[in-house]
Amino acid sequence: MQTDITMKIDEKNETSILHVGGYLDAHTASKFESKIQEIIKSGKYNIILNFAELEYISSAGLGVIMGNIEDIRNHDGDIKLTEMSDKIYRVFDLVGFPSLYDIFKTQEEAESSFGSAG
Amino acid sequence: MSRENSLSNKDFILKIPTQSTNLKIIRDFITDIANKAGFDNSASGDIALAVDEACTNVIKHAYRGGDDKEITVKVRYDSDKIIISISDSGKGFNSEPDDEAAVQNRLKKLQKGGLGIYLMKKSMDEVVFDKDDDAMNSVKMIKYLR
Repeated sequence: MQTDITMKIDEKNETSILHVGGYLDAHTASKFESKIQEIIKSGKYNIILNFAELEYISSAGLGVIMGNIEDIRNHDGDIKLTEMSDKIYRVFDLVGFPSLYDIFKTQEEAESSFGSAG
Repeated sequence: MSRENSLSNKDFILKIPTQSTNLKIIRDFITDIANKAGFDNSASGDIALAVDEACTNVIKHAYRGGDDKEITVKVRYDSDKIIISISDSGKGFNSEPDDEAAVQNRLKKLQKGGLGIYLMKKSMDEVVFDKDDDAMNSVKMIKYLR
């Protein structure tokens, strides 16, 4: 049975796109944290999280995003979220993420938002 | 707060080691029963999320990371609701901010964590923490069919 998370990083100009698939829960959150840290340590602070393949997220996954956003914004970067299903959006919406994070329907829109800012 | 001591023929019980790798098994167990009880996919997803958060609390806090104990998930449903009891023999749930203002404040400060119990309360209609005579800690959650 698949209980894990899949992640792949794409680099586009100054933006890192992290594709996250599978299940982001307390079991897999540490892997997600490590991947975000890997991006930050490479000096990239413009991060897009593409959740097209994400099946599930719990507070453990939200906590990783919240735990890194201050550092990223302090470096003039941001985390932008995109391509999430209605099911995933519902969890973000329950905790009020839409008022604090940019959430885009398409990755293209998320990329453009970084472009226009920089 | 009374505990249900007698089991009806609609009780489903899962006893499972307190390991985070088992969270998906727990979610699948709950989702299947919630669907069977008549909840749509969105409501079943809410119920699975609440149970995941409760079990995550048990795994992370009650046992302080240990994985040699069991968590018990008991589910019962009738024509208008589903009742889920989760129990363990650990040290109990940590208290976390549970009202909207506290969570919004936390989010604004961009701090990490503390959302589990808040999500449980948002996802379910009733969430009651209990401690019975056997020193078993438990949480009981109810969601009504609409």
